[in-house]
Amino acid sequence: MNPATLFGLCGAALIGLGLFGLIVQPRPLRKILAFNVLGGGVFLVFGAVAQRGAAAGFGGDPVPHGLIITAIIVAFAATALAVGLVLRLSEETGNASLSEPDDGGPGA
Amino acid sequence: MSTALDVGLAALVLAVALFAVLTRATFAATAGFLAYGLLLALAWVRLSAPDIALAEASVGAVTAVLLLSAAARVRAHDAEPAEERSDRFVRVLAACLCAAVSAAIAVAVWFLPAPAPTLAPAAATHLPETGLGNPVTAVLMAYRAIDTLLEKVVLLVALVALWSLAPDRRWGGRPGSPPVPQAAPLGFLARLLPPIGVVIGVYVVWNSADEPGGAFQGGTLLAAMWILARLAGLLDAPAVSARRLRIALVAGPLAFLAVGFAGFAWADGFLSYPAGWAKPLILAIEVAMTLTVAATVVMLVEGPPAREPGR
Repeated sequence: MNPATLFGLCGAALIGLGLFGLIVQPRPLRKILAFNVLGGGVFLVFGAVAQRGAAAGFGGDPVPHGLIITAIIVAFAATALAVGLVLRLSEETGNASLSEPDDGGPGA
Repeated sequence: MSTALDVGLAALVLAVALFAVLTRATFAATAGFLAYGLLLALAWVRLSAPDIALAEASVGAVTAVLLLSAAARVRAHDAEPAEERSDRFVRVLAACLCAAVSAAIAVAVWFLPAPAPTLAPAAATHLPETGLGNPVTAVLMAYRAIDTLLEKVVLLVALVALWSLAPDRRWGGRPGSPPVPQAAPLGFLARLLPPIGVVIGVYVVWNSADEPGGAFQGGTLLAAMWILARLAGLLDAPAVSARRLRIALVAGPLAFLAVGFAGFAWADGFLSYPAGWAKPLILAIEVAMTLTVAATVVMLVEGPPAREPGR
């Protein structure tokens, strides 16, 4: 099996894994982490596509490579914003949780 | 031999990702995520994408720092972490759904069309006109320059959104808490590593015309060095209203836009470079963008202003 297929399949598994964490992890910070695992998988699948397009003496198609770098940056910006939102939520409510407070506390 | 290496690497990436997603303690999960980013960088090297490997390694580490410090701050607020778990039925259902998604993508990867569509020959044809040797830099700075320009703007918009989370009374203040000097080993490392890291960061930018690297990778490395010194309490975050910070934040997009609009007068239109001037112009933009990336990444990690102005 060539590296492109192997890491493409690895990326497919990472997407499922990240999606699972995003659904079942109750803490927002863990959801953000899982989302980044998912993103890594998406980039890896795209990277596999890029390497299959190797031609003209390049190790891979440079156009998807450029797109992946752009995507990594945008994912980082989104992560930083999401973390900021979680911290603000925890500062306001004293609790970084997405579930409804059952004691009628702040945020109810 | 190399297949065995690839299989081992892929298995390791999956194992670390599994740990980072499923382990109970947030601190351990974040440590796992740090390892995940570094292993992913190795996978990118195996996929002959060293430019992405550099980006992934630096961003993975900075994201892990971001999550770690957030976990520490949430714990300070959230003294008694409630034991929350979704119920068993939901977990099984989610597992089935996610397995189906993975399987569908795996099938798509397995049956990718052959021969694969590629833009590599087109990228190679026009490479001499840009004066660059690294095709990925040519894509980012010439062929798809508008994507790169907009991506830098996205970074800035994210920072503006993050800052807007600050309460009114803290506007214009410094983010984070005041520096507390740390003893060895952190204090020692934070004095030892930055000179080396800064040299590597500048090298990665300067060399990106012909070798893997670029403004983003170099800028993130510079930011990581600042963050290290900040964690060790050797320096304080700048106030969000500081003029020099603001200049650094807009330098990259402004240089990019200036060259872009100059293209109307001296070349074929927006963001096109006059013949023979492509490489010096690209390098000038990259230098300005490195400054912007470094400043933006540092401020994104620092978070919204947390102290009132003058403190």
